[in-house]
Amino acid sequence: MDNDTIAAIATGLSNAGISIIRISGTEAIQIADRLFYAKKENFHLKEAKSHTLHYGILKENQIPLDEVLVSVMRSPNTYTREDVVEINCHGGIIVTKKVLDAVIRCGARLAEPGEFTKRAFLNGRIDLSQAEAVIDIIQAKNNMELENSVRQLNGNINKEIMQLREQILLDMAFIEAALDDPEHISLDGFTEKLEENLSNWKYRLRKLLSTAENGRRIKEGLRTVILGKPNTGKSSLLNMILGENRAIVTDIAGTTRDTLEEYITFNGIPLNIVDTAGIRWTKDVVERIGVDKARQAAVEADLILLVVDSSVALDDGDKEILREVKGKRIIVILNKSDLPVKVTETDMNSVLAQIWSDNGKASSLSMIEVISISAKEATGLEKLEQKITEMFFDGELVFHEDICVTNARHRYALERAEKSLEQVMESIRMGMSEDFYSIDLMDAYRELGTIIGEEVDEDLVNTIFKEFCMGK
Amino acid sequence: MDQNIIYEKYDVAVVGAGHAGCEAALACARLGLETIIFTVSMDSIAMMPCNPNIGGTSKGHLVREIDALGGEMGINIDKTFIQSKMLNRSKGPAVHSLRAQADKQDYSREMRKVLENTDHLTLKQAEVTEIITDENRITGIKILSGGIFPCRAVILCTGVYLKARCICGEMSTYTGPNGLPAANYLTDSLVAHGIEMYRFKTGTPARIDKRSIDFSKMEEQFGDEQIVPFSFTNKPEDIAREQVSCWLTYTNEETHAIIRDNISRSPLFSGSIKGTGPRYCPSIEDKVVKFADKDRHQVFIEPEGNYTNEMYIAGMSSSLPEDVQVRMYRSVPGLEHANIVRNAYAIEYDCINPMQLKPTLEFKSIDGLFSGGQFNGSSGYEEAAAQGLVAGINAAMKLLGREQIVIDRSLGYIGVLIDDLVTKETHEPYRMMTSRAEYRLILRQDNADLRLTKLGYQVGLIDRIRYDKLIKKEQMIADEEERLLHTMVGATEKIQEFLRLLGSSGLSSGCSLGDLLKRPEITYKMLEPIDPERKPLPEDVVTEVEINIKYDGYIRRQLRQIEQFKKMEEKKIPEELDYNEVPSLRIEARQKLAKIRPVNMGQASRISGVSPADLSVLMVYMEHYKFKGCNTKLNKEKGEEVDKENGGESDKETK
Repeated sequence: MDNDTIAAIATGLSNAGISIIRISGTEAIQIADRLFYAKKENFHLKEAKSHTLHYGILKENQIPLDEVLVSVMRSPNTYTREDVVEINCHGGIIVTKKVLDAVIRCGARLAEPGEFTKRAFLNGRIDLSQAEAVIDIIQAKNNMELENSVRQLNGNINKEIMQLREQILLDMAFIEAALDDPEHISLDGFTEKLEENLSNWKYRLRKLLSTAENGRRIKEGLRTVILGKPNTGKSSLLNMILGENRAIVTDIAGTTRDTLEEYITFNGIPLNIVDTAGIRWTKDVVERIGVDKARQAAVEADLILLVVDSSVALDDGDKEILREVKGKRIIVILNKSDLPVKVTETDMNSVLAQIWSDNGKASSLSMIEVISISAKEATGLEKLEQKITEMFFDGELVFHEDICVTNARHRYALERAEKSLEQVMESIRMGMSEDFYSIDLMDAYRELGTIIGEEVDEDLVNTIFKEFCMGK
Repeated sequence: MDQNIIYEKYDVAVVGAGHAGCEAALACARLGLETIIFTVSMDSIAMMPCNPNIGGTSKGHLVREIDALGGEMGINIDKTFIQSKMLNRSKGPAVHSLRAQADKQDYSREMRKVLENTDHLTLKQAEVTEIITDENRITGIKILSGGIFPCRAVILCTGVYLKARCICGEMSTYTGPNGLPAANYLTDSLVAHGIEMYRFKTGTPARIDKRSIDFSKMEEQFGDEQIVPFSFTNKPEDIAREQVSCWLTYTNEETHAIIRDNISRSPLFSGSIKGTGPRYCPSIEDKVVKFADKDRHQVFIEPEGNYTNEMYIAGMSSSLPEDVQVRMYRSVPGLEHANIVRNAYAIEYDCINPMQLKPTLEFKSIDGLFSGGQFNGSSGYEEAAAQGLVAGINAAMKLLGREQIVIDRSLGYIGVLIDDLVTKETHEPYRMMTSRAEYRLILRQDNADLRLTKLGYQVGLIDRIRYDKLIKKEQMIADEEERLLHTMVGATEKIQEFLRLLGSSGLSSGCSLGDLLKRPEITYKMLEPIDPERKPLPEDVVTEVEINIKYDGYIRRQLRQIEQFKKMEEKKIPEELDYNEVPSLRIEARQKLAKIRPVNMGQASRISGVSPADLSVLMVYMEHYKFKGCNTKLNKEKGEEVDKENGGESDKETK
């Protein structure tokens, strides 16, 4: 676990020009060599001197992936003190992820959150003072990941994986019960049944994999949610943005009181804009559903455009929303600058400081920007555009990196589970006895568990006792 | 008035002479330590109060491992078995499991003989009532009479005797098994020493007079013709003997109706039994209630010995009242006229929460106090003996000032057993199962000697002759594998015809004999006609060669997993680590870790509620801690120098 070769996307997953895939470990150079075709003929990375840069093409199964620059850095003078290869590719997010996939298929393992830093530390690369920071990174990334996992999996995928696991566990428990108590439980005819189940499970894994092929979020862009009290001008803002941007790719409309989604690219940055119902306490059942959806959208957002009516004083409703979105990446839009202004940018900033820094931590304030516009007169749009672009290229605003990684993680787990099931089929074909099946069934079970964050623990033993009548 | 006798000092006192106690005492005495073993009755040494067999799935593995380490159980059952069977023979080699029916009295008598004739071992019939400590270090034990035995280490193997209560329907007696006296005081002494106790329950079926059984209504179950001994020191021919049969019959709807109609009278369901029972050997009433859709359950009738008419009714343990028992047993075909010699009963007893133990089986909180067997929350003779052996070895190693042993999960079922006990929360008596061993393809019963006998030699329980034999066996296996993998056969007509006759597909080009052996349908023996250079080899060598070549792919995969596993096991966690000092650990993980205090990262990873992220955090912290440890030291030294320099610097500044 700790000495194998790991890989991950080292740059934020943005549409910035170049992204870097970092590989670290004893097989880093070997793995990169499997994909890299140097411009210089017959040149292989394994011959490269340390700290050199090489130009060439990445190919997997003869299919070119991208034109790349690859740097080779040999142990110990690297970040992790292991052999490190960094692949600089310029094909944008989708290509970057494809390259990462290829690297993983060639033998690297997807790095855990904070793992490069952890290795750097464990190999004595980082000094003592940074140790606690490393600990925090690992735990924080882990928390975020958990949150993301839950977020991604609330729904059918989660249910499907749980069902698959349950079925695998049951067959495994049956095998184990029979092995444990051969005089009471017979495995006669079981293999045929298992074969049927295996092909069914494999089919279902395939189906899951096909839906996971490309990160949904990447196709959709940055999830940008327009939020605010009723009548602050949210819809006008959306229209203003849309009016200037003809690059509408899809529009998925909900009911009028639901959320409305629009897909646009904004200075080349893909945005998935969600207009929401105004947030306020209401007795109207239908409207309340809309409000709840707005809140949910806010939780899932990569960026929130929070619209405030600057022509009336801030009230509890505004502050309530500000409190709810605390910690999110936000641009506060003071709308209706065409009317006499009651709330200035300075006012807003001081209110924010008051609400957001109550824990004595003002750091989260850096994630918030305030601008004034008038949606009615369509002024201030450039400011908004500029702000978003700035945030994006400064790396402040990124696709939820961990979501993509999590996605990849899920997919790899699914692929490995599928492989394990194939191994069981192979064992059956080879005429192996049943006790060999459960080795790979357990692997599949474990892999699927990593997706929904469940460990194996005593599941098997518990199921054996629960489902099968055992013993003397 | 203190008239209590103080006896001479022993090195080790073993409390209890069941399967754990016997192994513990023998290990200590054989390693040269003055050892005394206490039992409530000299006639109950190595008694088998429940099933009349040793071994079985995964338990057979334990016995082979005990033998490989130099324990006694395997030798003793080889002396006293009356039927032997290799279970799961049709399955893979990992799950082949040896089981033998024992002559119970013979087993007990033979073990007693061994104990009585071991140097440095004293036997004593007395109930131990207290452990005596000085500053959390063992100094002796006290017996019921008030007599005191000073000693340097104590191994508790009290089985089911602590505050034992036997329950049969509405009736209960405060005795141990078979009416033997319970030990009613020791628990209090342990609690006073801060030890956390559990209350567990187990049960046993009735014994029925052979003469009252109609075997014509049952299926006869024979022993194997080819016997595999438990002990690696025995050859099959050494232990050949006439075997007796067991018999198979079934419960039926009538049996189930009788149970259902009287279920309210079962102490299990009325709530009179409070102890936690094992799920794997449920009473017949449990089975009938939980698996209501099953219209019959198997019942095995097993002899208790050669010189008794008592038959053990496996599959029908119960705590129902006597009158229900009689009707219930008599509803089973062949048992219509059964005379019950001993009723079925349930037994409740005190044991410990084993998480208080180190993987060496020494208490974390009391120096020199070890324990093994059912007292540690396990169940089964074999589990008990395995722990007794390890506790005995480690008590001896400790007193001899040598390194104690921990068998890890990749080395033996014993390791899995002990690691599970001391790491995972158990709420029922723990039984070994093959599914608990993650590397079972490596942990086979056939190679227990190859895995553990070197360790036994190192400890001192295996003699030089046996060790040399093992080394020779290893060499023979390696040589033969090498030879098979490098002996080529061509795709000649003769070979093709040979393969065709075996029902195996032909060759497209030449290959090695090893390649042919990899085919599932081909055995080592079958290849003889095309292997003219073959020399005769012992059967056990052939077995290893065959398995190693046939399952090579799977074995290699498991070895890779073991490599990963070992890396985690090698990362030791300092005993004094304060988990409250570790930043960012989640509360649940912090509490569990602080309670169990794992010895290495591997053990930590197996604690439920400790996530991979917690492990990462812990690992980084430990590195930090290591640095901090030496840095504070460094800073101190440096600090002094710096102070001097500072003096100089300020001088400079004033200039």
